[in-house]
Amino acid sequence: MTEDFKPVLTKRYGIEGSETIAVAEKHGVYSQARKALTTMTPEAIKDEVKKAKIRGRGGAGFPAGVKWGFLNPAEGQDVYLVVNGDESEPGTFKDRTLMNNDPHRLIEGCLITCYAIGAHVAYIYVRGELAHSIDILEAALAEARAKGYVGKTPFGKNHPIEVYTHSGAGAYICGEETALLNSLEGRRGEPRLKPPYPAIKGAFGMPTVVNNIETIQAVPDIIEMGGDTWYGHTVLGDEWNDGGVRLYGISGHVKTPGVYEAPVGITMRQLIDEYGGGMLHEDRPLKGVVPGGSSTPVLRPDRKVHAPNEDDRLHPWHGMSEIDVPMGVETYRELGTMLGTTCAIVMDTSVNMVEACRNLMKFYKHESCGQCTPCREGCGWLLDVLNGLADGSGKPGDVGLLVDIANNMMGNTICAFADGTAMPLLGFVRQFRDEFEVAAKGGLPEESRLDDSTRDGVERAA
Amino acid sequence: MSFSLPSEVEKKVDDLLGRYPTKRAACLPLLWICQREHGWVSPEVIHYVANRLELSTAVVKGVVTFYTMFFEHEVAPNVVWVCRTLSCDLMGAKVVQEHLEKRFDCHAGETSKCGNFTLLKAECLAACGQAPMVQINDDYFENLTVESLDAVIDKIEAGIASDASARSVEPSEPSPSGGSTL
Repeated sequence: MTEDFKPVLTKRYGIEGSETIAVAEKHGVYSQARKALTTMTPEAIKDEVKKAKIRGRGGAGFPAGVKWGFLNPAEGQDVYLVVNGDESEPGTFKDRTLMNNDPHRLIEGCLITCYAIGAHVAYIYVRGELAHSIDILEAALAEARAKGYVGKTPFGKNHPIEVYTHSGAGAYICGEETALLNSLEGRRGEPRLKPPYPAIKGAFGMPTVVNNIETIQAVPDIIEMGGDTWYGHTVLGDEWNDGGVRLYGISGHVKTPGVYEAPVGITMRQLIDEYGGGMLHEDRPLKGVVPGGSSTPVLRPDRKVHAPNEDDRLHPWHGMSEIDVPMGVETYRELGTMLGTTCAIVMDTSVNMVEACRNLMKFYKHESCGQCTPCREGCGWLLDVLNGLADGSGKPGDVGLLVDIANNMMGNTICAFADGTAMPLLGFVRQFRDEFEVAAKGGLPEESRLDDSTRDGVERAA
Repeated sequence: MSFSLPSEVEKKVDDLLGRYPTKRAACLPLLWICQREHGWVSPEVIHYVANRLELSTAVVKGVVTFYTMFFEHEVAPNVVWVCRTLSCDLMGAKVVQEHLEKRFDCHAGETSKCGNFTLLKAECLAACGQAPMVQINDDYFENLTVESLDAVIDKIEAGIASDASARSVEPSEPSPSGGSTL
């Protein structure tokens, strides 16, 4: 299936100078913004995006067309588009490739989206570490302004649009949309209580759409080929409401880690074997895979789908391995995990799952914004208990304690961070409970260090 | 001792203020500009930003303490961030950290004995497919081995890889990360 697939989002990757406006325009960039702004109504654009059934690419998977539909600005209210390029979820590294390889397509997506939702200003929020990507975007924006594409009358249309970048400063939580808005407004990046949702009261108190970079970058493609055609790239059935193509990332113990474009609905096994080049070491098979960023519960290949009834949504895959279920927002929800950003972390049999879990909990403890007690304290206690398991000071009841702490975090906080911490913890314990029990009795052996299998001495496939 | 920006940078700040409907929104970008000029966010910088944006120093300090990348203490001219999150750790990030600790004769979180490097641990830097990696100032160095890491540090020590030239010196920059594997 991968042979006849023609890249859509990434078709300009690898073209020399694709970040300059001359080359980008020669390869079709801005033609769709011109078409949309001069020949289409905002309603027509929104219709195409709805037909495309594009699920938000930032991890939550909310349908973008529906999100745009929530906007209902009152007379005199400004509308803002905010593009989320915070990209901090461990395992996720796809948006950076879009910004670096095809920045003008992102700007084009901003122009079309601004016009469609009635916004005049778009902010692209990029994590502070990606200083080069911000430089590339700023250079592209300067070119687009010089041509008048960004400015008072883009493509002659009397609909002024400005696009600005805004740099974060190292805080995972700023990928949460309301924390991002606070950060944009010059505040501490603490999430806001919802409702009101950003569509009602977002940036600077005004109606705002917050979309992931990949979602916005797909908008020109949707306009180019029409929503229905774009949707049709998916290999999932229509009942899953999940259209198009998307970026997949793969890292960890595979031969060719990287970012790849493929239709929505390939399986994790395909991602690992066909795109990731298979497992890094022949003698170390797959043990577990974190499917879509660290907040998504881990899958294991030897675990079978249990959906015996005909009306179970996963029935077609009953009895098959978890990693043979097509990757879609709703298929993965049925599976008890989440699709997230479709950037997988692959772990082979050398990995001790208590250590893998502990590594991620270190991350969450560092990144909790500290605003809500269950999250601030819960993240700390999860790590403390796991540290105890690792150094041999654990107690028999500790595994139950972990589950208890996690259950008391879920749903008790302002944002989804606590859930995003508790779910992977519970996933690790559910899938690999025996390893946690063993550690609770006697700690971890020295060889359970995660980097036991360094890449040194292993040639990377081209 | 008060802090001020050179007049040509002040012009950039004026332009910056025009981007947002509120002055306060310029807080992060202005802190970035100051840190790039001054090396860290000193109490004088906080005072300057507060005055410039008509905020209280407490508000600005609150922002500074929230974000990992704003330095509240002086750092060495080169800040080395070692990514230690899962994908990098699976590929040897701990080896990278231990090697640098040995070479710099300091622990992570400290400045090297020579005073040229501050070594810090980082949470995921979004380069998972190119693990292990470090960020040195604004540059990513990816797919590291101990040898390639040493080569990078050697060059910085030799003064070849200044901020600007590092981008062209190193193979992993500025190539567009994993996209090239398509």
